[in-house]
Amino acid sequence: MVFLDFEKPLESLYEQLEKIKQVGAEGDLDVAPMVKELEDKIYTKRKEIYENLNGWQKVQLSRHPERPYTLYYIEQMCSKFVELHGDRYFKDDNAIVGGLGIIDGQTVIILGQQKGVNTKMRQFRNFGMANPEGYRKALRLMKMAERFNFPVVCLIDTPGAYPGIEAEERGQAEAIARNLFEMAKLEVPIVCCVIGEGASGGAIGIGLGDRVFMMENTWYSVISPESCSSILWRSWDYKEKAAEALKLTADHMYGFGLIDGIIKEPFGGAHNDPEQMATNLKKHIKKAIAELQIMTPEDRVETRIEKYSQMGQFDRVTVTEKSKKTAKS
Amino acid sequence: MGWFNRLKDGIQTATKYKREAPDGLWYKCRSCGETSTSKEMRENYFKCPKCTYHVRIGSGEYFDIIFDGEYKELFNELTSKDFLEFTDLKPYHERLVSAKKKTKLTDAISVASGNVNQLPLVVAAMDFSFIGGSMGSVVGEKIGLAIDHSLQSKTPFLMISKSGGARMMESAFSLMQMAKTSAKLTRLAKAGIPYFSMLTDPTTGGVTASFAMLGDINFAEPKALIGFAGPRVIKETIKRDLPEGFQTSEFLLENGFLDFIVDRADLKEKLTDLLTIFSIKNAS
Repeated sequence: MVFLDFEKPLESLYEQLEKIKQVGAEGDLDVAPMVKELEDKIYTKRKEIYENLNGWQKVQLSRHPERPYTLYYIEQMCSKFVELHGDRYFKDDNAIVGGLGIIDGQTVIILGQQKGVNTKMRQFRNFGMANPEGYRKALRLMKMAERFNFPVVCLIDTPGAYPGIEAEERGQAEAIARNLFEMAKLEVPIVCCVIGEGASGGAIGIGLGDRVFMMENTWYSVISPESCSSILWRSWDYKEKAAEALKLTADHMYGFGLIDGIIKEPFGGAHNDPEQMATNLKKHIKKAIAELQIMTPEDRVETRIEKYSQMGQFDRVTVTEKSKKTAKS
Repeated sequence: MGWFNRLKDGIQTATKYKREAPDGLWYKCRSCGETSTSKEMRENYFKCPKCTYHVRIGSGEYFDIIFDGEYKELFNELTSKDFLEFTDLKPYHERLVSAKKKTKLTDAISVASGNVNQLPLVVAAMDFSFIGGSMGSVVGEKIGLAIDHSLQSKTPFLMISKSGGARMMESAFSLMQMAKTSAKLTRLAKAGIPYFSMLTDPTTGGVTASFAMLGDINFAEPKALIGFAGPRVIKETIKRDLPEGFQTSEFLLENGFLDFIVDRADLKEKLTDLLTIFSIKNAS
């Protein structure tokens, strides 16, 4: 088991529990009451920890090494899945995976950023940081979905689009911008969900949709707390403060009206019961697709563009008296 | 022994007593180091008369260069608010107050409509002097309104980008402006109204990764810094030096992301050409 820093109080309790169970297994001492007592203690402690998570702790949970990634959810949700590779222009990007899948009888294009499960795979997946060809592969699949009238499902989990020399040469900015433009007017339903990290342009590059969900312990922001700390506080040490200031949790995002729903996670985070998590995710995706399929493509696109047009918070002042606030928007 | 004895150690002048040289007399070129008078600079489209380095200018200067004398500023009633009550080393609302005071601008973007050699054009131009030209809700909303204005008046739209990227103090609201502006641009495309995107020094981050790269025609001023990730971030990630000329206008032209590079002195003429070409309807 991996314990995050704020989960440390649990570690010793679990250790004690293990020891007692061992003693019980070796001898004829009745440990059942002690086990029960400890389990209750663990339960109370867990409740105390997980019900009061702050922004930074949720960021940590979203990056938990045991957290399920895109391909796990695809496997769990799709009865059939054929992975498709390549952007047809340059190469295949292993940081974004996607393909054709069937979710309870409905064919979909499903795609998302993929992180690696061990050191070797993390490198292979480039830590979930896509290059332009990844965004272009995603777009190719979405355009295919449009041709065959399949809904699109995007799973978001990235610390950002890759900042590299080649990425710039091949137009990282253009690739993300093109996806935003094309996704805004794609004629089939688009359902997105942040399943881990939702960092900046790299996330929104596959994140514009009719329905955008976030799992309970994920974050979505214009910048990671670490980078924000380094730029605004001019030091790497203020990541906790930055995480609070950015108001990046699912609760905040839903409260601001910037996402359409929060998907509950198993107690203690998605990794505590990945199967349950996949079931919850599938339920939300199916419901959203069903709601969106009854709309005409024109309505769907109009509603989608209108939804994004409404996003923003500002004041209005009268132009002659610039300092005086007259109305709020 | 020296001729003079310093009575106190170190420099004692407090920052608030330091005076900068008055603006508007001399300009020292950032590129070649030559000095020119402000008058020379203005007459030369704010380019260094010695090395043609394009000095960063504001929205007002661009409007003066592009339009035939008069133009009408639009949507100046919009102003940023500190919705998230964001505080880093300084509260965001204080940053806004001081930026407004310093720049005399309402935000990092101004929109105007007017004529370019008698041809109508809607222009949105960003101001780097206002919190690094960062894109917050007001920038996104004003671009959206400028697009609406173009649609209603069936007038081509020119976007002049000059921005460090998203405004972090507006967090996800600023991120969503990427989606918002891109979504709005689909309406211009659908209506067949041309969208020209001009990238100037610097254009980076979420601005490049949304409206700035989406022009029917993309062009830039010479030697502008244009990119997605900032050069410092890339350098730290890959841990080696960046090639010369990396992320300049010329680099983007070579890699196929710009249609052309335009010298500021030729900007108005180039725009006139484009507007003329697009205004001729195909005979059917």
